[in-house]
Amino acid sequence: MEKIAISCVEPSLDADVDPRFGRAAGYLIVDPDSMEFEYLDNGGSQVLAQGAGIQAAEIVARSGARVVLTGFVGPKAFQALSAAGIKIGQGVENLTVKQAVERYKAGQVEMASQPNRKGHWS
Amino acid sequence: MILAVASGKGGTGKTTVSASLLSVWGKPVVGVDLDVEEPNLHLFVRPEIAGREKAFMEIPVADETKCTYCRQCSDLCQFKAISVLGEVLLTFPEMCHGCGGCISICPEGALSAGSRELGEISWGRAGKAGFLMGRLRVGEAMSPPLMRAVKEKLRGMTSHGAMDVIIDAPPGVSCPAINAVMDSDVILLVTEPTPFGLFDLKLARQAFTPLNKPMGVVVNRAGVGTSDVYDYCKGSGLAVIAEIPYDRSIAEAYARGSIIAETSSGFRDMFIEMAHKVRSMNGGSHGREEV
Repeated sequence: MEKIAISCVEPSLDADVDPRFGRAAGYLIVDPDSMEFEYLDNGGSQVLAQGAGIQAAEIVARSGARVVLTGFVGPKAFQALSAAGIKIGQGVENLTVKQAVERYKAGQVEMASQPNRKGHWS
Repeated sequence: MILAVASGKGGTGKTTVSASLLSVWGKPVVGVDLDVEEPNLHLFVRPEIAGREKAFMEIPVADETKCTYCRQCSDLCQFKAISVLGEVLLTFPEMCHGCGGCISICPEGALSAGSRELGEISWGRAGKAGFLMGRLRVGEAMSPPLMRAVKEKLRGMTSHGAMDVIIDAPPGVSCPAINAVMDSDVILLVTEPTPFGLFDLKLARQAFTPLNKPMGVVVNRAGVGTSDVYDYCKGSGLAVIAEIPYDRSIAEAYARGSIIAETSSGFRDMFIEMAHKVRSMNGGSHGREEV
């Protein structure tokens, strides 16, 4: 299966999913077959006045992940992820990273066709 | 001289003070509404508008056929207004601050200058005073670029002959407020003797002090609240140069769109004295800084 990027609050499979995509603490890039993962820190987003979602999309695109699982994705991040051909599963907050991956593997995460958060300026 | 009428808190009376000072100034003067997000000086001074023009800012337009996805533009942009995702070049024109860096740095010539409408600038006369205002386009998120365009227009209006300027500034202490006061010679901080007025007055003093300009305080709605604003001014070396009383007739005149200085000889004298004090604050060691 394709690698998955999950927004997370800590670098662990047992960490909670960070509900925010753009300003998440970081991303676990998980191989859903082996459950091996690498952690990408997103602390840099805290100093961005704007564009955190776009930067997050760049980080995820460079990681090679083809799927994102997270809580909320804003319009610009959605546009950027879509442009990179990355599929987006929203609404998996309140789960751990591992639970989110299991749910995705079971086909129980609906892939989004539109963002579920408004931008700050819209 | 350039006077900026500012405040931390909104609704303290910047426009009330600006309109009345324009009315009694007694020397050639231009009133400028730099609160481009919600300009309202015109509602009181009722100018005859002589001209209008749209203001624009340069943004990148991409020719993706020339792009090699080298990411130099994407890495340069601090605002994520241009992004390379794999083999896709994306621009977010509404997030661009107009620096032109991406267009300059692109080694392939794949980016050229387009434009984003910022809003409208209009000008004219209000009685003896000149008048100038900016109005931000609905949907535009950044006001400083339009404010810079208004100030450029102002330089044209004041270039022939001695002309004073009274700027009605936006509230707050963020980029728009700083942009409105940074070219001034004197800053008036309009406040009110309430906890809100005091809190935001402190912020305004902190924000504007590094600009090293003479600052004075006008206490509006004097009579309500407590003495805390006065105690703060005394303790921090801010001179209270005028008090506008908490008076029903002022509220009624404001609601009619009248200029307070024109509603009674007493108020007129109060603003004439305020104008004298502002002029006496100008000069000294504080030179004008062009930014």
